[in-house]
Amino acid sequence: MDRYSVELIDVVKVFRDRSGAKDHIVAVDGVSLKLIQGELLTLLGPSGCGKTTTLRMVGGFEMPTSGKVVLDGKVINDFPPHKRDTAMVFQSYALFPHLTVFENVAYGLRMRKMEKDAIVAKARHALSLVGLEGLEERQPGSLSGGQQQRVALARALVVEPKVLLLDEPLSNLDARLRAQMRIEIRKIQQALNITSMYVTHDQEEAMSLSDRIAVMNHGRIEQIGTPQEVYAKPVNRFVADFMGRKTTFLDGKVMGFDENLMHVSVMDAVLPFERVSGINTGDDVELVVRSETVDIVPPGCGTFPGRIIHAAYFGSQVLYEVDLLGTTITAEIPDPQEREVFTQGSEVGINLKTRSIHVLPRANNGQIT
Amino acid sequence: MTGFEAGLKRPLYNRQRLTVLQEPLVLLVILLIAASLFLFVIYPLYSVLKTSLIQRDGSIGLGVYSGLLAKSYNRRPLINSIRLGAIVAVLGTIIGFIFAYCTTRVNLPFTGFFRAVAMFPMISPPFIMSLATIMLFGNNGLITKKILRGMVNLKIYGLGGLVLVETLAYFPTAYLVLSGVLQAIDPSIEDAACDLGASWWQVFRTVTLPLAIPGIASSLLLIFIESLADFGNPIILSGDYQVLAVQAYLRITGLYDLPGGAALAVILLVPSLVAFFVQKYWVSRKSYVTVTGKPSGQQISKSEPWVKTAALIVCLVLTGIILLFYGTVLVGSFMTLWGVSYDFTLANYRHVFVVGGEHIKDTLFLSTVSTPITGILAMIIAFIVVRKEFFGRQALELTSMLTFAVPGTVVGIGYILAFNQPPIMLTGTAAIIIILFVFRNMPTGIQSGIAALQQIDPSIEEASCDLGADSSTTFRNITLPLISPAFFSGLVFSFVRCVTAISAIIFVVSGKWKLITVAVLGSVENSDLAQAAAFCVVIIAMVLSAIGIINLLVYQPWKRGGQKRLKEPTISGGAESWIGTA
Repeated sequence: MDRYSVELIDVVKVFRDRSGAKDHIVAVDGVSLKLIQGELLTLLGPSGCGKTTTLRMVGGFEMPTSGKVVLDGKVINDFPPHKRDTAMVFQSYALFPHLTVFENVAYGLRMRKMEKDAIVAKARHALSLVGLEGLEERQPGSLSGGQQQRVALARALVVEPKVLLLDEPLSNLDARLRAQMRIEIRKIQQALNITSMYVTHDQEEAMSLSDRIAVMNHGRIEQIGTPQEVYAKPVNRFVADFMGRKTTFLDGKVMGFDENLMHVSVMDAVLPFERVSGINTGDDVELVVRSETVDIVPPGCGTFPGRIIHAAYFGSQVLYEVDLLGTTITAEIPDPQEREVFTQGSEVGINLKTRSIHVLPRANNGQIT
Repeated sequence: MTGFEAGLKRPLYNRQRLTVLQEPLVLLVILLIAASLFLFVIYPLYSVLKTSLIQRDGSIGLGVYSGLLAKSYNRRPLINSIRLGAIVAVLGTIIGFIFAYCTTRVNLPFTGFFRAVAMFPMISPPFIMSLATIMLFGNNGLITKKILRGMVNLKIYGLGGLVLVETLAYFPTAYLVLSGVLQAIDPSIEDAACDLGASWWQVFRTVTLPLAIPGIASSLLLIFIESLADFGNPIILSGDYQVLAVQAYLRITGLYDLPGGAALAVILLVPSLVAFFVQKYWVSRKSYVTVTGKPSGQQISKSEPWVKTAALIVCLVLTGIILLFYGTVLVGSFMTLWGVSYDFTLANYRHVFVVGGEHIKDTLFLSTVSTPITGILAMIIAFIVVRKEFFGRQALELTSMLTFAVPGTVVGIGYILAFNQPPIMLTGTAAIIIILFVFRNMPTGIQSGIAALQQIDPSIEEASCDLGADSSTTFRNITLPLISPAFFSGLVFSFVRCVTAISAIIFVVSGKWKLITVAVLGSVENSDLAQAAAFCVVIIAMVLSAIGIINLLVYQPWKRGGQKRLKEPTISGGAESWIGTA
């Protein structure tokens, strides 16, 4: 299939700098993306990486400086928002405070000059979809944050857009509600099979609801792929560092290959890792050591000796900061009730779960921390 | 308006405080303030009311009113004032809204310039617009004679002229209120409407305009109050169109009819107070602005080209008209005899500095004395009202704001009635002028002080106390620096009002203490327009240099890299509260 729902081709957005420190700011620097029908793609990255600007260009709130925005095979660069078949859920919800919940949801249908009966039927259906039946006549100001969020979602869904755009829609909710809402959003999105672009800086949110994730930094896409690919096989140090709870990089050197394995010397040991194409014998590499790939065992048992610098008990897990021959690494140990919990200062052994550790060529580091 | 919105949030910070009985100093201050507010705000108003009730035979009753209102030519000023106020309120609000929309909702170039020009009428003497109108459109006016060659008789003396000058003089009020309201609307709400298929016009009609309705109502009422109170323009330009503020003045100074003048003053006071209370307690509560979640702080999206062009034209035309009026006064001040001889001369300025030298000196002295008193008193009252809990707190706040709504003519009559006889004899002294300045110009300072204080979380002050500072040290080291922008904008405002005031002050000036605005009025009455223009230029120069000096003191540009500077200059910092009656 060569026709995509949404296509961005080498899109660039340059802002004039208002503070006057520089002539201009390159917010988006050559982004290309393709979304197939029904796919949910998340733009993930730290603040200021250009993800919201990219989304706003699809919505028509910003015009790209160069490049093409294509919707359903049609270039829509110059279309104002009200002439595009997109609908956005805003970070601040942007509900109309002077209209009731029902009027908010019906707004887009009214603008489309729809029959009154059809408007009522569609708006009610959209409200039932997000579980807000019975609140039609309430003012948005009298709703809780989660309810306001649902109204914003219903208001965007009711116009049946070709693409649903979500700009950090959950960032104003508390943690528990956020976890619940992201499951709901994903279920509704899959049920309606609606192509969606989702912006967030929360990697957990991104991984749990996306078909694919585009990790962005400094206006560029660093990596695009399924959540598993982006998490387990980061292409560079930025992605490796951004994903995961706490990542430590350990230097190593490739000693040789053995079928699908490559042997890497780390510290004073040689360990087998999954083979990565483009890496040859003698190359300097670094290991992407996520906290869950480190195991803490009683002293004398592990590959490396270590000492606990700090231990934090979380109930479902224990987080250790461990000194590994001069390098501090973080270890996340599940099920503390089933195992021995080590206290600060204890001598321990350290094992690395080599099957879960990704290896990057060293040349990739340096420019980004 | 920020002050009123912040007022709604107050319950958030409603925690238990020390009662004032535990702080004797605070108690003393409260008592002193209450006493002076009673003496200089309530008592003069009471005097007006009392005098208006003294009938010809000396008994108390409504005889004066029934006598006045029995004759239709006496009823006319009331109807005229209200009609004028209503027309000016509508026109001023429309222009103010358009101007505010263009400068806040459309990404235009030169918005800073447009804003600055729109503020001109706020810092100039009230009658400058009338002066310019006569110079341009009067019988000997530049446009009437030179361009239209006397073919058209422009009836500027009367309703038409008054509507023109008051609309130009008071639309900045609407502009300030409405640009505040429009700026507070989260741009993403308009983006959302656009995103859902609404065109520019539909977004405006279904979202922007409805959200601005409370602000529009506010500005209608505020301009109505300002127009009712206007004295400087109608005394020059009203012709046969009699208005209350001027009639009350003439009845007292011309006919020496104190009860009659007082009764007219009371009649003038009623609609003003009604409008004030409707604004303060009803309209300002109906704000939508705070309803939405956290503002996203995004900039406004690009506007459609034709909207941008139309907005630019509107702004250029409006600023062009304002600049034409001010330019006329500036140029006219250098002309031998406006309307007859357009030769360049400095004679007018010679007159201003020689004959009017006393006026300038007195004005500067009285303003310089009263300005800091006004500013400090306003901050103390604001602090007490926001941070202290005591019996009668709301009454104190209301009283201190009252002169805001009372037309200057009423206050002036009140002062001559109240302080013309023992026990308090102040007529003819500098004290009565200074007191009048202080109590008339204070409400603005109090309002911006209250707004500033309500934005400061009390826990900041509690943190200071917690770390070992007592109440007064905390006020000095923490509170005062945080509210200093409000304080300085109060100073600027107060000085401007001192130098440009006419309506109340005209009753209390004397041979010993002269004021520059009274001199302008004299020149206009002598039909020496060029001289009046020169006076106006000097007044504006005084105002601008005062603003410059205060800004210099605040930002201290010679202290490089010292304290961190605020982004907004003082003058615009408290601009929303720059609204009051002339």
